[in-house]
Amino acid sequence: MSLLTLSKLSVTLQRRDVLRDVCFEIGSGELVGLIGPNGAGKTTLMRASLGLVPFSGQSSLASLPEAERAKHAAWMPQSREVAWPLSVQTVVMLGRIPYLSSMLAPSEEDHAAVEGALAQMDLVHMRDRAATRLSGGEQARVLIARAMAQQTPLLLADEPVAGLDPAHQIATMQSFKALTDVGKSCLVSLHDLGLAARHCTRLIMLGKGGLVADGPPSEVLTKARLAEVFGITAWYQTTDDGPVYQPLDVVK
Amino acid sequence: MRLMGMLSALVVVLFLGSLVIGPAGIGPAESLSALINGDGGPLTLVMREIRLPRALLAVMIGASLGLAGAAMQGYLRNPLAEPGLIGVSGSAAFGAVLAIHTGAAAAFALALPLTALLGAAVGVFVVMALAGPGGTSLSLILAGIAVSALAAALTSLVLNLSSNPFAANEIVFWMMGSLADRSMTHVWLALPFMIVGWLLLSRLGRGLDALTLGEDAAQAMGVRLGRLRLGLISGVTCVVGAGTAVAGAIGFVGLVVPHILRPLVGAHPSRLLWASALGGAAMVLAADIAARMILPSRDLKLGVVTALIGAPLFLHLILKLRRERI
Repeated sequence: MSLLTLSKLSVTLQRRDVLRDVCFEIGSGELVGLIGPNGAGKTTLMRASLGLVPFSGQSSLASLPEAERAKHAAWMPQSREVAWPLSVQTVVMLGRIPYLSSMLAPSEEDHAAVEGALAQMDLVHMRDRAATRLSGGEQARVLIARAMAQQTPLLLADEPVAGLDPAHQIATMQSFKALTDVGKSCLVSLHDLGLAARHCTRLIMLGKGGLVADGPPSEVLTKARLAEVFGITAWYQTTDDGPVYQPLDVVK
Repeated sequence: MRLMGMLSALVVVLFLGSLVIGPAGIGPAESLSALINGDGGPLTLVMREIRLPRALLAVMIGASLGLAGAAMQGYLRNPLAEPGLIGVSGSAAFGAVLAIHTGAAAAFALALPLTALLGAAVGVFVVMALAGPGGTSLSLILAGIAVSALAAALTSLVLNLSSNPFAANEIVFWMMGSLADRSMTHVWLALPFMIVGWLLLSRLGRGLDALTLGEDAAQAMGVRLGRLRLGLISGVTCVVGAGTAVAGAIGFVGLVVPHILRPLVGAHPSRLLWASALGGAAMVLAADIAARMILPSRDLKLGVVTALIGAPLFLHLILKLRRERI
Protein backbone atom coordinates (compact mmCIF):
# COMPACT_ATOMS: atom_id res chain seq x y z
CA MET A 1 0.00 0.00 0.00
CA SER A 2 1.39 3.38 -0.91
CA LEU A 3 1.47 5.93 1.90
CA LEU A 4 3.01 8.74 -0.11
CA THR A 5 3.32 9.13 -3.85
CA LEU A 6 5.18 12.02 -5.41
CA SER A 7 5.26 12.41 -9.15
CA LYS A 8 7.12 15.13 -11.00
CA LEU A 9 7.16 17.30 -7.90
CA SER A 10 8.89 20.61 -8.59
CA VAL A 11 9.25 23.63 -6.34
CA THR A 12 10.31 27.09 -7.38
CA LEU A 13 10.89 29.56 -4.56
CA GLN A 14 11.62 33.17 -5.46
CA ARG A 15 12.42 32.21 -9.06
CA ARG A 16 14.99 29.68 -7.94
CA ASP A 17 14.42 26.05 -8.84
CA VAL A 18 14.71 24.28 -5.50
CA LEU A 19 13.48 20.90 -6.67
CA ARG A 20 12.85 19.50 -10.13
CA ASP A 21 10.75 16.50 -11.11
CA VAL A 22 11.09 14.43 -7.96
CA CYS A 23 9.27 11.10 -8.16
CA PHE A 24 9.10 8.39 -5.53
CA GLU A 25 6.68 6.30 -3.59
CA ILE A 26 6.75 5.21 0.05
CA GLY A 27 4.99 1.98 0.90
CA SER A 28 4.15 0.65 4.35
CA GLY A 29 6.83 -0.53 6.78
CA GLU A 30 9.64 1.62 5.43
CA LEU A 31 12.11 3.78 7.34
CA VAL A 32 13.29 6.16 4.66
CA GLY A 33 16.26 8.43 5.28
CA LEU A 34 16.33 11.64 3.28
CA ILE A 35 19.94 12.71 2.82
CA GLY A 36 21.71 15.48 0.98
CA PRO A 37 24.03 18.41 1.63
CA ASN A 38 22.78 21.73 3.06
CA GLY A 39 20.46 23.46 0.65
CA ALA A 40 19.73 20.32 -1.35
CA GLY A 41 16.00 20.78 -0.71
CA LYS A 42 15.28 18.15 1.98
CA THR A 43 13.04 20.40 4.06
CA THR A 44 11.36 21.84 0.98
CA LEU A 45 10.66 18.36 -0.34
CA MET A 46 8.93 17.35 2.88
CA ARG A 47 6.98 20.58 3.21
CA ALA A 48 5.89 20.44 -0.42
CA SER A 49 4.76 16.84 -0.11
CA LEU A 50 2.55 17.97 2.80
CA GLY A 51 1.25 20.88 0.76
CA LEU A 52 2.84 23.52 3.00
CA VAL A 53 4.67 25.23 0.12
CA PRO A 54 3.35 25.78 -3.41
CA PHE A 55 4.59 23.21 -5.90
CA SER A 56 3.84 21.78 -9.31
CA GLY A 57 3.33 18.08 -9.94
CA GLN A 58 1.53 15.61 -7.74
CA SER A 59 1.67 14.70 -4.07
CA SER A 60 -0.82 12.20 -2.72
CA LEU A 61 -0.67 13.84 0.73
CA ALA A 62 -1.11 17.42 -0.38
CA SER A 63 -4.20 16.50 -2.37
CA LEU A 64 -5.98 15.27 0.78
CA PRO A 65 -8.25 17.70 2.64
CA GLU A 66 -6.49 19.26 5.67
CA ALA A 67 -8.35 17.32 8.36
CA GLU A 68 -7.86 14.04 6.48
CA ARG A 69 -4.17 14.69 5.88
CA ALA A 70 -3.61 15.35 9.59
CA LYS A 71 -4.81 11.80 10.31
CA HIS A 72 -2.63 10.37 7.57
CA ALA A 73 0.71 12.09 8.16
CA ALA A 74 2.40 13.73 11.14
CA TRP A 75 5.03 16.41 10.63
CA MET A 76 7.86 17.41 12.90
CA PRO A 77 9.40 20.64 11.57
CA GLN A 78 13.06 21.44 12.04
CA SER A 79 12.38 24.53 14.15
CA ARG A 80 11.86 23.24 17.68
CA GLU A 81 9.15 25.63 18.63
CA VAL A 82 7.20 25.47 21.89
CA ALA A 83 5.75 28.92 22.47
CA TRP A 84 4.35 28.54 25.99
CA PRO A 85 5.63 26.77 29.12
CA LEU A 86 3.23 23.85 28.71
CA SER A 87 3.96 20.63 30.56
CA VAL A 88 5.64 17.87 28.56
CA GLN A 89 2.52 15.69 28.55
CA THR A 90 0.35 18.58 27.38
CA VAL A 91 2.70 19.24 24.46
CA VAL A 92 2.50 15.56 23.52
CA MET A 93 -1.30 15.77 23.81
CA LEU A 94 -1.23 18.53 21.17
CA GLY A 95 -0.53 15.71 18.71
CA ARG A 96 -4.09 14.53 19.31
CA ILE A 97 -5.58 17.78 17.98
CA PRO A 98 -6.65 16.23 14.65
CA TYR A 99 -8.90 13.85 16.60
CA LEU A 100 -10.18 16.29 19.22
CA SER A 101 -12.84 18.94 18.97
CA SER A 102 -11.39 20.56 22.07
CA MET A 103 -8.17 20.00 23.99
CA LEU A 104 -10.21 20.06 27.19
CA ALA A 105 -11.88 16.68 26.77
CA PRO A 106 -9.42 14.00 25.63
CA SER A 107 -10.73 10.44 25.48
CA GLU A 108 -9.21 7.23 26.87
CA GLU A 109 -7.73 6.57 23.44
CA ASP A 110 -6.04 9.98 23.39
CA HIS A 111 -4.54 9.39 26.83
CA ALA A 112 -3.31 5.97 25.74
CA ALA A 113 -1.65 7.46 22.64
CA VAL A 114 0.08 10.09 24.79
CA GLU A 115 1.24 7.52 27.36
CA GLY A 116 2.64 5.32 24.59
CA ALA A 117 4.55 8.20 23.01
CA LEU A 118 5.92 9.37 26.38
CA ALA A 119 7.18 5.89 27.16
CA GLN A 120 8.59 5.42 23.66
CA MET A 121 10.66 8.63 23.88
CA ASP A 122 11.78 8.06 27.50
CA LEU A 123 9.89 11.08 28.83
CA VAL A 124 7.70 9.57 31.54
CA HIS A 125 9.85 10.89 34.39
CA MET A 126 9.72 14.47 33.10
CA ARG A 127 6.07 14.53 32.06
CA ASP A 128 5.10 17.39 34.39
CA ARG A 129 8.05 19.65 33.63
CA ALA A 130 7.57 22.75 31.49
CA ALA A 131 8.68 21.90 27.95
CA THR A 132 10.32 25.31 27.54
CA ARG A 133 12.70 24.63 30.44
CA LEU A 134 14.13 21.44 28.95
CA SER A 135 17.43 21.21 27.12
CA GLY A 136 17.41 21.33 23.32
CA GLY A 137 17.78 17.56 22.97
CA GLU A 138 15.04 16.88 25.50
CA GLN A 139 12.74 19.29 23.68
CA ALA A 140 13.42 17.46 20.43
CA ARG A 141 12.36 14.20 22.09
CA VAL A 142 9.17 15.85 23.34
CA LEU A 143 8.37 17.03 19.82
CA ILE A 144 9.09 13.59 18.35
CA ALA A 145 6.73 12.13 20.97
CA ARG A 146 4.16 14.76 19.98
CA ALA A 147 4.37 13.64 16.34
CA MET A 148 4.15 9.97 17.38
CA ALA A 149 1.04 10.67 19.46
CA GLN A 150 -0.67 11.74 16.25
CA GLN A 151 -0.61 7.98 15.40
CA THR A 152 -0.54 8.43 11.66
CA PRO A 153 0.46 5.79 9.09
CA LEU A 154 3.21 8.13 7.90
CA LEU A 155 5.56 10.30 9.96
CA LEU A 156 7.72 13.00 8.42
CA ALA A 157 10.47 14.42 10.59
CA ASP A 158 13.02 17.09 9.68
CA GLU A 159 16.36 16.33 11.33
CA PRO A 160 14.76 14.80 14.40
CA VAL A 161 18.00 13.51 15.91
CA ALA A 162 20.03 16.72 15.57
CA GLY A 163 21.12 17.78 19.05
CA LEU A 164 20.36 14.46 20.74
CA ASP A 165 22.96 12.56 22.75
CA PRO A 166 24.25 9.32 21.14
CA ALA A 167 22.05 7.04 23.25
CA HIS A 168 18.91 8.99 22.42
CA GLN A 169 19.90 9.25 18.76
CA ILE A 170 20.05 5.48 18.53
CA ALA A 171 16.93 5.06 20.67
CA THR A 172 15.02 7.49 18.46
CA MET A 173 16.00 5.68 15.29
CA GLN A 174 14.95 2.42 16.96
CA SER A 175 11.61 4.01 17.88
CA PHE A 176 11.07 4.89 14.23
CA LYS A 177 12.03 1.32 13.34
CA ALA A 178 9.45 0.07 15.85
CA LEU A 179 6.80 2.09 14.02
CA THR A 180 7.73 0.41 10.75
CA ASP A 181 7.33 -3.00 12.38
CA VAL A 182 3.60 -2.34 12.70
CA GLY A 183 3.28 -1.28 9.08
CA LYS A 184 3.78 2.46 9.49
CA SER A 185 6.43 4.39 7.60
CA CYS A 186 8.76 7.26 8.39
CA LEU A 187 10.47 9.77 6.15
CA VAL A 188 13.32 11.27 8.14
CA SER A 189 15.89 13.80 6.98
CA LEU A 190 19.32 13.13 8.43
CA HIS A 191 22.80 14.58 8.30
CA ASP A 192 24.38 11.72 10.19
CA LEU A 193 25.06 9.28 7.37
CA GLY A 194 26.25 6.69 9.89
CA LEU A 195 22.84 6.59 11.54
CA ALA A 196 21.19 6.66 8.13
CA ALA A 197 23.21 3.72 6.87
CA ARG A 198 22.65 1.68 10.02
CA HIS A 199 18.96 2.20 10.70
CA CYS A 200 17.18 3.16 7.48
CA THR A 201 15.70 0.52 5.20
CA ARG A 202 16.00 2.88 2.29
CA LEU A 203 17.78 6.13 1.49
CA ILE A 204 16.73 8.93 -0.83
CA MET A 205 19.62 11.19 -1.80
CA LEU A 206 18.98 14.72 -2.96
CA GLY A 207 21.50 16.94 -4.67
CA LYS A 208 21.57 19.85 -7.10
CA GLY A 209 17.80 20.31 -6.98
CA GLY A 210 16.78 16.80 -7.78
CA LEU A 211 16.71 13.20 -6.78
CA VAL A 212 20.15 11.61 -7.19
CA ALA A 213 19.60 8.11 -5.87
CA ASP A 214 16.91 6.02 -4.23
CA GLY A 215 17.42 2.55 -2.80
CA PRO A 216 18.90 0.48 0.05
CA PRO A 217 21.76 2.26 1.92
CA SER A 218 24.47 0.03 0.49
CA GLU A 219 23.43 0.90 -3.08
CA VAL A 220 22.94 4.61 -2.49
CA LEU A 221 26.11 5.37 -0.53
CA THR A 222 28.62 4.64 -3.30
CA LYS A 223 32.03 6.26 -3.40
CA ALA A 224 31.27 8.12 -6.62
CA ARG A 225 28.02 9.64 -5.31
CA LEU A 226 29.54 10.62 -1.98
CA ALA A 227 32.34 12.42 -3.80
CA GLU A 228 30.02 14.09 -6.26
CA VAL A 229 27.10 15.07 -4.02
CA PHE A 230 28.69 15.51 -0.59
CA GLY A 231 32.29 16.06 -1.60
CA ILE A 232 33.62 13.50 0.89
CA THR A 233 35.28 10.13 1.01
CA ALA A 234 34.06 7.51 3.47
CA TRP A 235 34.58 4.03 4.75
CA TYR A 236 31.56 1.79 4.40
CA GLN A 237 31.46 -1.85 5.37
CA THR A 238 28.91 -4.45 6.31
CA THR A 239 30.28 -5.96 9.51
CA ASP A 240 29.07 -8.60 11.96
CA ASP A 241 27.48 -5.72 13.91
CA GLY A 242 25.60 -4.47 10.88
CA PRO A 243 26.54 -1.79 8.37
CA VAL A 244 29.13 0.73 9.56
CA TYR A 245 29.77 3.98 7.82
CA GLN A 246 32.41 6.51 8.67
CA PRO A 247 33.10 9.72 6.71
CA LEU A 248 36.84 10.19 6.28
CA ASP A 249 37.89 13.26 4.36
CA VAL A 250 36.81 16.13 2.15
CA VAL A 251 37.43 15.65 -1.55
CA LYS A 252 39.84 18.37 -2.64
CA MET B 1 -12.12 24.34 36.84
CA ARG B 2 -11.54 25.58 40.38
CA LEU B 3 -9.88 28.66 38.94
CA MET B 4 -12.89 29.36 36.73
CA GLY B 5 -15.18 29.02 39.76
CA MET B 6 -13.09 31.43 41.78
CA LEU B 7 -12.89 33.95 38.94
CA SER B 8 -16.66 33.73 38.38
CA ALA B 9 -17.30 34.31 42.09
CA LEU B 10 -14.95 37.31 42.02
CA VAL B 11 -16.81 38.79 39.04
CA VAL B 12 -20.18 38.32 40.78
CA VAL B 13 -18.95 39.97 44.00
CA LEU B 14 -17.41 42.90 42.11
CA PHE B 15 -20.54 43.25 39.97
CA LEU B 16 -22.71 43.52 43.07
CA GLY B 17 -20.17 45.90 44.58
CA SER B 18 -20.29 48.06 41.47
CA LEU B 19 -24.10 48.19 41.77
CA VAL B 20 -24.25 49.21 45.43
CA ILE B 21 -21.30 51.63 45.61
CA GLY B 22 -22.11 55.21 44.74
CA PRO B 23 -22.29 58.79 45.92
CA ALA B 24 -25.93 58.49 47.02
CA GLY B 25 -24.90 56.60 50.17
CA ILE B 26 -27.75 54.11 50.23
CA GLY B 27 -27.47 50.70 51.90
CA PRO B 28 -26.70 47.71 49.67
CA ALA B 29 -29.91 45.81 50.50
CA GLU B 30 -32.03 48.82 49.78
CA SER B 31 -30.28 49.53 46.46
CA LEU B 32 -30.60 45.96 45.23
CA SER B 33 -34.26 45.71 46.18
CA ALA B 34 -34.93 49.00 44.36
CA LEU B 35 -33.18 47.54 41.31
CA ILE B 36 -35.09 44.28 41.31
CA ASN B 37 -38.52 45.26 42.58
CA GLY B 38 -38.69 48.67 40.97
CA ASP B 39 -40.86 50.93 43.06
CA GLY B 40 -40.73 53.65 40.42
CA GLY B 41 -38.96 56.01 42.81
CA PRO B 42 -35.70 57.91 42.18
CA LEU B 43 -33.63 55.10 43.65
CA THR B 44 -34.93 52.64 41.08
CA LEU B 45 -34.11 55.15 38.39
CA VAL B 46 -30.55 55.57 39.69
CA MET B 47 -30.07 51.82 39.90
CA ARG B 48 -31.59 50.95 36.53
CA GLU B 49 -30.47 53.87 34.44
CA ILE B 50 -27.06 54.71 35.88
CA ARG B 51 -25.50 51.94 37.92
CA LEU B 52 -26.78 48.86 36.08
CA PRO B 53 -25.54 49.94 32.62
CA ARG B 54 -22.24 50.97 34.13
CA ALA B 55 -21.71 47.60 35.83
CA LEU B 56 -22.91 45.69 32.77
CA LEU B 57 -20.57 47.61 30.47
CA ALA B 58 -17.67 46.99 32.84
CA VAL B 59 -18.30 43.24 32.64
CA MET B 60 -18.81 43.25 28.87
CA ILE B 61 -15.82 45.40 28.05
CA GLY B 62 -13.54 43.71 30.57
CA ALA B 63 -14.46 40.25 29.28
CA SER B 64 -13.95 41.42 25.70
CA LEU B 65 -10.54 42.89 26.36
CA GLY B 66 -9.38 39.85 28.34
CA LEU B 67 -10.62 37.42 25.70
CA ALA B 68 -9.20 39.44 22.80
CA GLY B 69 -5.87 39.82 24.59
CA ALA B 70 -5.58 36.08 25.24
CA ALA B 71 -6.49 35.33 21.62
CA MET B 72 -3.96 37.83 20.24
CA GLN B 73 -1.18 36.54 22.48
CA GLY B 74 -2.02 32.97 21.54
CA TYR B 75 -2.08 33.72 17.83
CA LEU B 76 1.12 35.74 17.78
CA ARG B 77 2.77 33.46 20.35
CA ASN B 78 3.96 36.55 22.13
CA PRO B 79 3.08 37.57 25.70
CA LEU B 80 3.46 41.25 24.75
CA ALA B 81 0.66 41.20 22.18
CA GLU B 82 -2.52 43.10 23.01
CA PRO B 83 -5.90 43.67 21.33
CA GLY B 84 -4.99 47.14 20.06
CA LEU B 85 -2.11 45.73 18.01
CA ILE B 86 -4.17 45.22 14.85
CA GLY B 87 -5.24 48.85 14.79
CA VAL B 88 -8.87 48.39 15.86
CA SER B 89 -8.89 50.60 18.94
CA GLY B 90 -6.84 53.29 17.21
CA SER B 91 -9.15 53.54 14.22
CA ALA B 92 -12.29 53.31 16.41
CA ALA B 93 -10.95 56.17 18.52
CA PHE B 94 -10.29 58.20 15.39
CA GLY B 95 -13.90 57.68 14.27
CA ALA B 96 -15.15 58.84 17.67
CA VAL B 97 -12.86 61.87 17.65
CA LEU B 98 -14.21 62.88 14.24
CA ALA B 99 -17.76 62.68 15.65
CA ILE B 100 -16.84 64.96 18.55
CA HIS B 101 -14.91 67.37 16.36
CA THR B 102 -17.64 67.79 13.76
CA GLY B 103 -20.27 68.28 16.44
CA ALA B 104 -22.18 65.21 15.31
CA ALA B 105 -21.80 63.70 18.78
CA ALA B 106 -23.51 66.70 20.36
CA ALA B 107 -26.33 66.70 17.83
CA PHE B 108 -27.14 63.00 18.01
CA ALA B 109 -26.25 60.88 21.01
CA LEU B 110 -25.40 57.68 19.14
CA ALA B 111 -23.31 59.43 16.48
CA LEU B 112 -20.15 58.88 18.52
CA PRO B 113 -20.37 55.11 19.05
CA LEU B 114 -21.61 54.58 15.50
CA THR B 115 -18.76 56.50 13.87
CA ALA B 116 -16.35 54.69 16.19
CA LEU B 117 -17.68 51.34 14.97
CA LEU B 118 -17.37 52.56 11.40
CA GLY B 119 -13.80 53.66 12.10
CA ALA B 120 -12.96 50.21 13.51
CA ALA B 121 -14.45 48.53 10.43
CA VAL B 122 -12.54 50.75 8.00
CA GLY B 123 -9.30 50.34 9.95
CA VAL B 124 -9.52 46.59 10.01
CA PHE B 125 -10.44 46.46 6.34
CA VAL B 126 -7.23 48.34 5.54
CA VAL B 127 -5.26 46.01 7.84
CA MET B 128 -6.63 42.94 6.09
CA ALA B 129 -5.95 44.40 2.64
CA LEU B 130 -2.38 45.25 3.65
CA ALA B 131 -1.70 41.93 5.36
CA GLY B 132 -2.83 39.95 2.32
CA PRO B 133 -4.55 36.60 2.15
CA GLY B 134 -1.57 34.53 3.39
CA GLY B 135 -1.47 33.09 6.87
CA THR B 136 1.69 34.56 8.38
CA SER B 137 1.43 36.60 11.55
CA LEU B 138 4.29 38.99 10.77
CA SER B 139 2.47 40.73 7.92
CA LEU B 140 -0.55 41.16 10.22
CA ILE B 141 1.53 42.85 12.94
CA LEU B 142 3.19 45.17 10.45
CA ALA B 143 -0.13 46.15 8.87
CA GLY B 144 -1.65 46.68 12.33
CA ILE B 145 1.21 48.92 13.41
CA ALA B 146 0.93 50.93 10.19
CA VAL B 147 -2.83 51.47 10.62
CA SER B 148 -2.49 52.27 14.35
CA ALA B 149 0.17 54.86 13.57
CA LEU B 150 -1.93 56.39 10.82
CA ALA B 151 -5.03 56.55 13.05
CA ALA B 152 -2.99 58.15 15.84
CA ALA B 153 -1.55 60.69 13.40
CA LEU B 154 -5.00 61.58 12.07
CA THR B 155 -6.35 61.90 15.63
CA SER B 156 -3.50 64.28 16.44
CA LEU B 157 -4.25 66.20 13.27
CA VAL B 158 -7.88 66.68 14.33
CA LEU B 159 -6.76 67.85 17.78
CA ASN B 160 -4.20 70.14 16.15
CA LEU B 161 -6.75 71.76 13.87
CA SER B 162 -9.48 71.93 16.50
CA SER B 163 -10.39 75.60 16.81
CA ASN B 164 -12.74 74.94 19.68
CA PRO B 165 -10.90 74.35 22.98
CA PHE B 166 -13.96 72.67 24.51
CA ALA B 167 -14.10 70.12 21.72
CA ALA B 168 -10.36 69.49 22.10
CA ASN B 169 -10.85 69.04 25.82
CA GLU B 170 -13.73 66.65 25.28
CA ILE B 171 -11.69 64.63 22.79
CA VAL B 172 -8.79 64.29 25.23
CA PHE B 173 -11.10 63.23 28.06
CA TRP B 174 -13.02 60.81 25.84
CA MET B 175 -9.80 59.12 24.75
CA MET B 176 -8.91 58.33 28.34
CA GLY B 177 -11.79 55.88 28.48
CA SER B 178 -14.64 55.97 30.95
CA LEU B 179 -17.88 54.26 31.90
CA ALA B 180 -19.46 57.30 33.52
CA ASP B 181 -22.89 58.42 32.34
CA ARG B 182 -23.47 55.49 29.99
CA SER B 183 -27.04 54.27 29.49
CA MET B 184 -28.70 50.99 28.60
CA THR B 185 -28.69 52.23 24.98
CA HIS B 186 -24.92 51.86 25.02
CA VAL B 187 -25.30 48.34 26.41
CA TRP B 188 -27.74 47.35 23.67
CA LEU B 189 -25.56 48.95 21.01
CA ALA B 190 -22.39 47.10 22.02
CA LEU B 191 -23.88 43.77 23.06
CA PRO B 192 -24.74 42.28 19.62
CA PHE B 193 -21.25 43.02 18.27
CA MET B 194 -19.66 41.64 21.39
CA ILE B 195 -21.70 38.42 21.33
CA VAL B 196 -20.66 37.82 17.72
CA GLY B 197 -17.04 38.56 18.66
CA TRP B 198 -17.12 36.28 21.71
CA LEU B 199 -18.49 33.45 19.58
CA LEU B 200 -15.81 33.96 16.91
CA LEU B 201 -12.98 34.13 19.46
CA SER B 202 -14.23 31.19 21.51
CA ARG B 203 -13.91 28.95 18.44
CA LEU B 204 -10.19 29.66 18.09
CA GLY B 205 -9.03 27.56 21.07
CA ARG B 206 -8.05 24.43 19.17
CA GLY B 207 -6.12 26.36 16.53
CA LEU B 208 -4.33 28.46 19.15
CA ASP B 209 -3.30 25.30 21.00
CA ALA B 210 -1.87 23.87 17.78
CA LEU B 211 -0.04 27.12 17.04
CA THR B 212 2.01 26.57 20.20
CA LEU B 213 4.19 24.34 18.01
CA GLY B 214 4.55 26.93 15.25
CA GLU B 215 2.66 27.69 12.06
CA ASP B 216 4.10 24.77 10.09
CA ALA B 217 3.22 22.14 12.67
CA ALA B 218 -0.23 23.63 13.26
CA GLN B 219 -0.99 23.57 9.56
CA ALA B 220 0.13 19.96 9.33
CA MET B 221 -2.28 19.14 12.17
CA GLY B 222 -5.16 20.30 10.00
CA VAL B 223 -5.46 23.88 11.26
CA ARG B 224 -6.38 26.31 8.49
CA LEU B 225 -4.25 29.32 9.28
CA GLY B 226 -6.06 31.68 6.91
CA ARG B 227 -9.38 30.88 8.51
CA LEU B 228 -7.95 31.12 12.00
CA ARG B 229 -6.57 34.57 11.25
CA LEU B 230 -9.85 35.73 9.73
CA GLY B 231 -11.73 34.53 12.83
CA LEU B 232 -9.25 36.28 15.09
CA ILE B 233 -9.34 39.59 13.24
CA SER B 234 -13.13 39.66 12.94
CA GLY B 235 -13.59 38.62 16.56
CA VAL B 236 -11.15 41.19 17.93
CA THR B 237 -12.66 43.88 15.72
CA CYS B 238 -16.19 43.14 16.97
CA VAL B 239 -15.35 43.12 20.67
CA VAL B 240 -12.69 45.84 20.79
CA GLY B 241 -14.44 48.06 18.24
CA ALA B 242 -17.71 47.90 20.18
CA GLY B 243 -15.92 48.39 23.50
CA THR B 244 -13.96 51.42 22.28
CA ALA B 245 -17.10 52.84 20.71
CA VAL B 246 -19.02 52.95 23.99
CA ALA B 247 -16.24 53.53 26.53
CA GLY B 248 -13.16 54.90 24.78
CA ALA B 249 -9.75 53.27 24.80
CA ILE B 250 -9.08 51.26 27.97
CA GLY B 251 -5.53 50.03 27.97
CA PHE B 252 -3.50 47.34 29.73
CA VAL B 253 -6.44 45.00 30.49
CA GLY B 254 -5.89 42.87 27.39
CA LEU B 255 -2.16 42.83 28.01
CA VAL B 256 -1.92 42.20 31.73
CA VAL B 257 -4.84 39.84 32.44
CA PRO B 258 -3.75 36.97 30.15
CA HIS B 259 -0.23 37.41 31.46
CA ILE B 260 -1.30 37.04 35.11
CA LEU B 261 -3.57 34.08 34.46
CA ARG B 262 -1.28 32.13 32.12
CA PRO B 263 0.62 30.25 34.87
CA LEU B 264 -2.69 29.41 36.56
CA VAL B 265 -4.04 27.53 33.53
CA GLY B 266 -0.80 25.66 32.81
CA ALA B 267 -0.09 28.08 29.91
CA HIS B 268 -2.78 26.36 27.87
CA PRO B 269 -3.88 28.85 25.15
CA SER B 270 -7.45 27.54 24.87
CA ARG B 271 -8.03 27.42 28.63
CA LEU B 272 -6.59 30.92 28.90
CA LEU B 273 -9.32 32.35 26.64
CA TRP B 274 -12.22 32.03 29.08
CA ALA B 275 -10.12 32.54 32.18
CA SER B 276 -8.94 35.85 30.70
CA ALA B 277 -12.50 36.85 29.85
CA LEU B 278 -13.48 36.44 33.51
CA GLY B 279 -10.25 38.03 34.72
CA GLY B 280 -10.73 41.01 32.39
CA ALA B 281 -14.28 41.52 33.65
CA ALA B 282 -13.02 41.45 37.25
CA MET B 283 -10.20 43.89 36.52
CA VAL B 284 -12.42 46.46 34.76
CA LEU B 285 -15.12 46.18 37.46
CA ALA B 286 -12.49 46.69 40.17
CA ALA B 287 -10.85 49.58 38.32
CA ASP B 288 -14.21 51.27 37.77
CA ILE B 289 -15.09 50.93 41.46
CA ALA B 290 -11.69 52.37 42.33
CA ALA B 291 -12.20 55.25 39.89
CA ARG B 292 -15.43 56.13 41.70
CA MET B 293 -14.13 55.69 45.24
CA ILE B 294 -10.69 57.31 45.13
CA LEU B 295 -11.75 60.75 43.88
CA PRO B 296 -15.56 60.77 43.89
CA SER B 297 -15.76 64.46 43.06
CA ARG B 298 -13.21 64.57 40.23
CA ASP B 299 -14.49 62.05 37.64
CA LEU B 300 -11.32 59.97 37.53
CA LYS B 301 -11.17 58.22 34.13
CA LEU B 302 -11.30 54.43 33.97
CA GLY B 303 -8.53 54.22 31.36
CA VAL B 304 -6.24 56.17 33.67
CA VAL B 305 -6.92 53.77 36.55
CA THR B 306 -6.36 50.62 34.46
CA ALA B 307 -3.08 52.09 33.23
CA LEU B 308 -2.05 53.03 36.77
CA ILE B 309 -2.82 49.48 37.97
CA GLY B 310 -1.60 47.78 34.82
CA ALA B 311 1.77 49.39 34.28
CA PRO B 312 3.29 48.51 37.70
CA LEU B 313 1.78 45.03 37.48
CA PHE B 314 3.40 44.61 34.11
CA LEU B 315 6.73 45.81 35.43
CA HIS B 316 6.47 43.29 38.24
CA LEU B 317 5.82 40.52 35.71
CA ILE B 318 8.80 41.56 33.62
CA LEU B 319 11.06 41.49 36.67
CA LYS B 320 9.72 38.05 37.60
CA LEU B 321 10.33 36.82 34.06
CA ARG B 322 13.87 38.17 34.18
CA ARG B 323 14.60 36.32 37.41
CA GLU B 324 13.28 33.08 35.92
CA ARG B 325 15.35 33.34 32.77
CA ILE B 326 18.65 33.62 34.61
